[in-house]
This record gives sequence, C-alpha cells and structure tokens, in this order.
Amino acid sequence: MKSFDKIRSWEITSESNYLNRRQFLRGLALAAGAGAAAAALPGRSLAATPELQTVPGPYSTDEAPNSWEDITTYNNFYEFGTDKEDPYRNAQEFRTRPWTVKVSGECGKPGRYDYDDILRPHALEDRVYRHRCVEAWSMVVPWVGFPLGDLLRRFEPNADAKYVAFKTLFDPEQMPGQRRAILRWPYEEGLTMAEAMHPLTLMAVGVYGKELPNQNGAPLRLVIPWKYGFKGIKSIVEIEFTQSQPRTSWNLSAPNEYGFYANVNPAVDHPRWSQARERRIGAGLFAEKQPTLPFNGYAGEVAALYAGLDLRKNY
Amino acid sequence: MQAAPSPGAIRALKVVLFMLCLLPLGRLALETFGMAGLSLGANPVEELLHRLGKWGLNFLLITLAVTPLCRLSRWNWLIRFRRMLGLFAFFYVSMHFLVYAGLDQRFGVTAILEDIAERPYITLGVTALVLLLPLALTSTNAMMRRLGRRWRQLHRLVYPITILAVWHFYWQVKLDTLEPTIYAAILAALLGFRLVDWRRRRGQNKAAGPRSSHDRIAHPRRAL
Repeated sequence: MKSFDKIRSWEITSESNYLNRRQFLRGLALAAGAGAAAAALPGRSLAATPELQTVPGPYSTDEAPNSWEDITTYNNFYEFGTDKEDPYRNAQEFRTRPWTVKVSGECGKPGRYDYDDILRPHALEDRVYRHRCVEAWSMVVPWVGFPLGDLLRRFEPNADAKYVAFKTLFDPEQMPGQRRAILRWPYEEGLTMAEAMHPLTLMAVGVYGKELPNQNGAPLRLVIPWKYGFKGIKSIVEIEFTQSQPRTSWNLSAPNEYGFYANVNPAVDHPRWSQARERRIGAGLFAEKQPTLPFNGYAGEVAALYAGLDLRKNY
Repeated sequence: MQAAPSPGAIRALKVVLFMLCLLPLGRLALETFGMAGLSLGANPVEELLHRLGKWGLNFLLITLAVTPLCRLSRWNWLIRFRRMLGLFAFFYVSMHFLVYAGLDQRFGVTAILEDIAERPYITLGVTALVLLLPLALTSTNAMMRRLGRRWRQLHRLVYPITILAVWHFYWQVKLDTLEPTIYAAILAALLGFRLVDWRRRRGQNKAAGPRSSHDRIAHPRRAL
C-alpha cells in the first residue's frame, strides 16, 4: 500500500472560491431550501462536505440537477438497509479511509491499490447525468469522477479480458443491511469490456463538487447512465478482469426480473411494473410521470454497443 | 362475565377511538403540506401511497383482532368498536387507491385498467378494494337487520379481503419480504385463532346438541 497524499484537494481550494463557481450556483439555490428541512437529520449538509477540485466534463445534461437533499437522502444501498432513508441514517459512521481496491484477473498489473493511488493521475470531472432506477423513478445527478476506462487501462487488461467484475465491501459490522441475507453478499456487478471502456462510464468519487457522501457509495462507485441504477455498484473494493460473464447480485436473486445488461428500456417492462414512464424525484406531488427514453436518453452514444443483440432477451 | 361499561362510557370511548384512528391521516396531512417540520421526503407520491396502504392493512388486521380480543379478555363490549375500525380500514384503503389513481396515474383510465390486467399485485389490491365496498355499504344497523343471517355470511368476506391485501403487499415489495412476512404471520395468527375457536365450539355444540341455537342468539355478533 502506498502513502496518502499530503495535501487534500479541499485544503487547496477554499470554501468561498468553490462557492463562487458558477456551474453550481443553481444547485446550491435548490439545496438551500432543502437544507433547512434536513437540519435536524444526522447527515452532512452540502456546505459541511469536503470539496473536490474538478474540471467540467463532457456529456452533461442541461436538465436541472436534483437537490443535495434528494440525492443524499433517497438511496437504494441495501448494505445500509432497504428503506430509502436507511443509507442516509445508517451510513454516517462508515469508514472510507484507508480504502484499498484489489485488482486481479486478466491484466498485467494486478495488486492492491490505495484510494489515493487510484485517484492520483486522473482529473476529476463534473458530469451531470440522468439516473434511472429500475423502480421507475429518476433523478439528475451532478457526479464528480473520471472515466472508468482510463483507470482500467492502467491495469493493462490482456486480450482474454472480456468482462470486468466488481465487488462491494463486505463488513456487516459497519453495514447493518449485510446482517440479513436479503441479497447474496458481497454485492457483485459486472460489465463487458466495451461497456466499461465507454467514455460515458464513470468511476464516481463525488457529487455536487463534494466528496461522495457515504450513503451514495463512498468512496468509489460506478455510474453507467444508460443502465438501471443497480448496475452502479457502490463502495468498490475489488475489480477483476474475467474471460466469462460475471455473476451479478440482482440477477442471482431474481433472474427473471434483472438481467446482466439492465439497459434502460421503456419497451421491456419489469415483470411487475411498467418501465415506459418514470417519476422524476423532486418534481412534486402533482407532477406527471415522464416518458422513459431508450438507454435513458444516451442511445446516440451507446446503442451501437448492442448492435445485433436481442434486447428483449438480453434485458 | 364482567359488567360492561355504561352506554355513555362506550360513546365517550368511541369518540376517543375515532380521534385515534384519524391520527395517521393527520400526520400525513402535516407531512403533505410540509408543516411542523415534517415532510414526505424525496418521493412524496410513493410515500403517501405506501403509508396509506400500510394503514389500510393495519386497520384490517386491527379489525380482525377485535373478536379474538373479546374472547380472550371476555370483554364482549369491545365488539362495539369493530364497525368503526372496519370503516377506517375501508377509508385508508380507499385513500390509498385514490392516491394511486389520481396522483400516480393521474386518473388515466387506460393506464389503470392496463395495470389491473397486467400487474398481478395490482389485480390483487383492486380485488380486495372491490370486495371491501359491499362490506362498507352494509355496515349500517338498518342493513344488518335487513340482511339478517346473510349479513354475517357477507361479512366473512373480510377474511379473503385481508389475505388478498397482505398478498398484494408481499408481491409489491422488490426484494426484502420481511415486513409483508410479519403481516402474513399476524394474519395467520388471527385466522388460526378462529379456526381453533370454531373447532372447539363445534365440539361443544355436538356434545350439547340443541344448545347451539341458543348460543348463537346469545352472542349474535361473535362469528367474525
């Protein structure tokens, strides 16, 4: 394991400098109202969360991002409980440093990498993505991260690496949800190499220019914006390059409901509910649901990855 | 048998119970309008829908608990509160449906009919609501008199209704079935009590022969 960086990014950029950044003013205004309501709750406010030094990234949507409060109190992270507010309530004491990721499988540079080693060469980008949950709700999230492909290339995957598999930390002591066998722990996810190397696929380390709150999957999580949210594995501790398709947690628990690909697709319903429309979080009590777009609106970027694949069978 | 509370006391208790039954609605109203620092959270439609459904289910089970409570405590006057509890079950279930139809589906008739036809858990829930409707409509004293024996037969529908409601909940959850399983266990206990009670009484009636009709007249409402 290598040493930590001596100076953290938030120590370089002052709070006031950061707050002047224009791209986040709108988000701050949104969060300010919500902040008052959240004051009594245990989570960190936007202002109290350490900030990251970022540059604008590509692919950002113009849609208004959801508030800090929505993004950090309405989460599916079963390791901390199955209610939407459970991760927010139960993840506050979660320790994300030191953090080590084990890299293995079909690659030239397997090993154990410290969090700071993983981040060091990458510029952190702001990317505002649509987020579509398999439960038919959606948000717009201003992520901070870097392309997963840039990270994976550093491990020099070889010609036999067809897929890449990820695992979440298993630590029932810290993750109360893991004390019951709701899913098979640890959480596992996977992508084809083509999906993993796609420039849209993000290794996220922050949100709203700030360090990722624990309930959002700190310190490292995937964001694959054209797939249902459950593909975005959180609190990653293992990356493995494999020859065959890795197993994935939701597919193991209900194979008829959750496939390996899990691309957002309004034409293929979940067996128990429609995927044709989605409820945008934050739109209010009287807002209409909006139509769900193929590949969550990223078809132009990613549809070619699935040319010739029957998306009804490969849901 | 102990002395029952006076009619005045029963009336007062009914008023208190009525207020208690309105508490969940009051809290939801505060949350909906963001009062007293309360809120429905990030997904208010879903929260409202789930909470009203849960209270509908709670009241169905509370209603089914009245008879066992009467028999175990021998406070037969408890039966006098059962109708109100049942009507509150109907009220919360109806609100649950209205939030689904109005806020979630925006009264889109086609979408609602499609849901009912295609989504088994919605089929179950709507069936339960439809079956609950005649029970609410025949809950008056006049209807009880008019229907006589058939009133009791009709109101046995509450058993399949509650089974459908718990099943609806069970099929609706994505993965973690702990909570619906707890509801199912409580329902099983409430129905199990009736089965045991019924078999015990049938045994007694067989032994006593003609006393059975007398028994029914003495306790006209205890079948449910």
